[in-house]
Amino acid sequence: MITRRQFVKNGVAAFTVSFAAPAFLSDLAKAQGASSRNLVVLALAGGNDGLSTLVPYTDAFYYSRRPTLAIPAGTVLQIGSDSSGKALGLHPRLTGLRDVFNAGRLAFIQRVGYQNSSRSHFTGTDIWSVGTPPSSQGSGWLGRYLSTLGPLDPLAAWTTTGDTPHSMLASGVGVAAISSISNFAFASPNSGAEATLERTTASAIASHVPVSVPHLSFVASTVQGAMQTLDRVATVGTYNPSVTYPNTGFGQALRMVAGAMSKGIGTKVFFVQTGGFDTHAAQDTTGANGSYFRLMASLDDGLAAFYNDLRNSGLINNTLVLSFSEFGRRITENGSRGTDHGAASIMMAMGGGVRGGIYGTAASLNPDPSNATLENSGNDVKFENDFRSAYARVIDNWLGGDSVGILGGNFKAASLNFV
Amino acid sequence: MADDSIAHLLRRAGFGASSDDLAIYGSMSYNAAVDRLLNYDAIPDDVDAKIGQAGFVGTTSNGAFSPNTVINDARQRWLFRMVHSNRPLQEKMTLFWHNYFATGYNKVASVGQQDGARLMVAKPGEDPKGQKGQIEMLRDNALGSLNDLLNRIATDPAMLIWLDGNTNTKQNPQENFGRELMELFSRGVGFYTEQDVYAAARVFTGWNLRIDRGTGDGNNAYSFVYNANNHETAAKTFSFPVYSDGGTTIPSRSASAGMQDGLDLINALAMHPETARRVATRLYEFFVSETAPAPAAFINQLALIYLQNGSNIKPVVQTILRSSQFTDPSIYFTRYSWPVEYVVRSIKETGWTGFSVSTALTPLVNMGQQLFEPPDVAGWDLGQLWFSTGKMLSRMNFASTLASNQKFRLATAAAGAKGSAQALLNFMLAKMTPADVNGIYADLLAYAGTGTWTGSDAQMQARASGLAHVILGSAEYQFV
Repeated sequence: MITRRQFVKNGVAAFTVSFAAPAFLSDLAKAQGASSRNLVVLALAGGNDGLSTLVPYTDAFYYSRRPTLAIPAGTVLQIGSDSSGKALGLHPRLTGLRDVFNAGRLAFIQRVGYQNSSRSHFTGTDIWSVGTPPSSQGSGWLGRYLSTLGPLDPLAAWTTTGDTPHSMLASGVGVAAISSISNFAFASPNSGAEATLERTTASAIASHVPVSVPHLSFVASTVQGAMQTLDRVATVGTYNPSVTYPNTGFGQALRMVAGAMSKGIGTKVFFVQTGGFDTHAAQDTTGANGSYFRLMASLDDGLAAFYNDLRNSGLINNTLVLSFSEFGRRITENGSRGTDHGAASIMMAMGGGVRGGIYGTAASLNPDPSNATLENSGNDVKFENDFRSAYARVIDNWLGGDSVGILGGNFKAASLNFV
Repeated sequence: MADDSIAHLLRRAGFGASSDDLAIYGSMSYNAAVDRLLNYDAIPDDVDAKIGQAGFVGTTSNGAFSPNTVINDARQRWLFRMVHSNRPLQEKMTLFWHNYFATGYNKVASVGQQDGARLMVAKPGEDPKGQKGQIEMLRDNALGSLNDLLNRIATDPAMLIWLDGNTNTKQNPQENFGRELMELFSRGVGFYTEQDVYAAARVFTGWNLRIDRGTGDGNNAYSFVYNANNHETAAKTFSFPVYSDGGTTIPSRSASAGMQDGLDLINALAMHPETARRVATRLYEFFVSETAPAPAAFINQLALIYLQNGSNIKPVVQTILRSSQFTDPSIYFTRYSWPVEYVVRSIKETGWTGFSVSTALTPLVNMGQQLFEPPDVAGWDLGQLWFSTGKMLSRMNFASTLASNQKFRLATAAAGAKGSAQALLNFMLAKMTPADVNGIYADLLAYAGTGTWTGSDAQMQARASGLAHVILGSAEYQFV
């Protein structure tokens, strides 16, 4: 986080041209393609306890090390075994995702991470965002991908969070931050012609981008970006989904993303975040009101609605959802019936182009210090798959980009052919 | 209008200048203004008594206004204070600490909606159990020492819930507080190791929360308790010096004496040079500049003052406000305003009679700053990160709401300027303070003078409110 601020400080000038060339916007949007593929990056903020999402229910140490948090083997949703023969099951609340898995459109990648995994939320998120560990500074991997596309439409990158995520930050990449369609409108103290006049004036003032004053120029270009996209974004408000989305922040964000896709807004990369995964205390994985149980409910209901909606419209074939979290959690539960910060965790990929299945192998949870699948004296799961390999697969095989250039090295892994 | 340097001082060390503020500060010398801001203890703290009275910004609540037990009412009370307090620097520093020790109501309210609010905001004199909310503790110590603040925050009931200290026991040490104490509250990332985190967690084992049950939510009493039975007594070794002789190990102590472990660690962290530089940098960014790198020599000077004064913040802030770095006119209007700064300054400069700060609550959420609900323990993302297309529209739309509310008052106040569009524009620009008037003047004049100028009531209302809307919504107005 500190480093993110540092990057932003140093990158001020770079942002000032984000929203240039309004005359070409609609053409750009068309060229960059309402019909082409998009990527939805899903952040599970707080450090998701992957062992409670994808449960190693035949590992006796899972039960001995988590006396109150382990999910009974009889209740997990069985989805088969990984390549090492270890049986795995989904959290019992993930029934919607189980159906997507059974349809062959959901992939789990196990033990994803990097060497010397940071246990800090902020550094960890930065490292995952930047994509060049151990660095937590600099542009984000999605931003660098977007910057390879040439002049960008102002809606090419859309975050449903209020803040531009670090992963989308890069020179010359403007990010639309739209968390609510109804709020993305121009209000006025007057009506009719007077209101129109104010809107014209606001645009005129913002058009004098003073390039010699970078901070002022940045905000002026932000105003411009808002003014230029108001009408297009408003069309998303008329979207009628084919399913009912859950009335959660997460569900409504996904509804908006589906609407943007359906209305042909032309966004290439969406960023969606759902939080609450920092389960230090009272994690309660199985109670109907348990905090982790509810996290899974929200995740499952949102993603299942999104998948079914896009499947009904056919847009699922152009859509890839990729989830990540800044770290996994400690294997042994703590005295607060929760789990502290750990290391490697899981990623999920969902979409019409996904080869469903379980990628990578589960850790043995045996606390023996010689257990090579663990680190930190047997306390945390050690990574098997570099997260950059998952990114590389998405960049190369889904987005048609060049992962070597974007990630600064060759991280392609043939075994991670989930898309 | 005040002298430019005093207007700048009031934007940075306060929340801008209303006509009331200008009456006080307008004729002062710069140094006298700094002294008045710093020595706020000499000024009566009577602002809350003005809530609900005529002549001040309004508040609106569901039922009786209950700022000690209903979090949205507490948010309004704080906004009211920001608009009207005669101790603006105290409010500004309270906001600084709220961001520094960022604690979120939502998790604290796991003990109950009312109790959660009490733990965040209650004034002890108005609470049935004398509970003092975290923000009141921060306000009382806004220019105090970091050492003292760290001790208070480590035993603050809201913090004990927020970072799970209430469940930190020797059987299972809880790392949440120990980690953030080093990462965010003192030394900073890169100046501690994972082993330090494990050791710090053990240091604070037994620093728990005591609850004396009353009649239910709104009536329980919460306090810090050191549970010797929950304390891990083994020695704890750090990668950095804990003691003045360079010793890095907190010795094994009996359980009953074990609370001293935490006091030793806090003392070491508060007085460590890295902490001094980090706090100096945070204050520099808050008051002076967040866009240019902090100059090392100045940061070292501030860090030295901090260390020489036992981690006291007041002399550091005093040095900043009197420095040439702060008074340099080239830094005027270069800091991205925080949403609450934007909202409060807009109200101060546009007018507040008949306006309720409740109207600002939802817009503040959309702008990215809901008081008492920072996004995480690291606080809000500042600077450029306050801005995105969506958040900027939220600012512009708040400007519209405020301008709409003040439409008739603005037109009435501007009656003497109805002779021409230019006179009206000049009247508005005498109230409002965009960064660069020259860059936007021609557009504003073209707007104000569109069509035939009549100076009719209807035209004055439309154009005065329209000007307020467009000026407050301009890029030029988003800086302090």
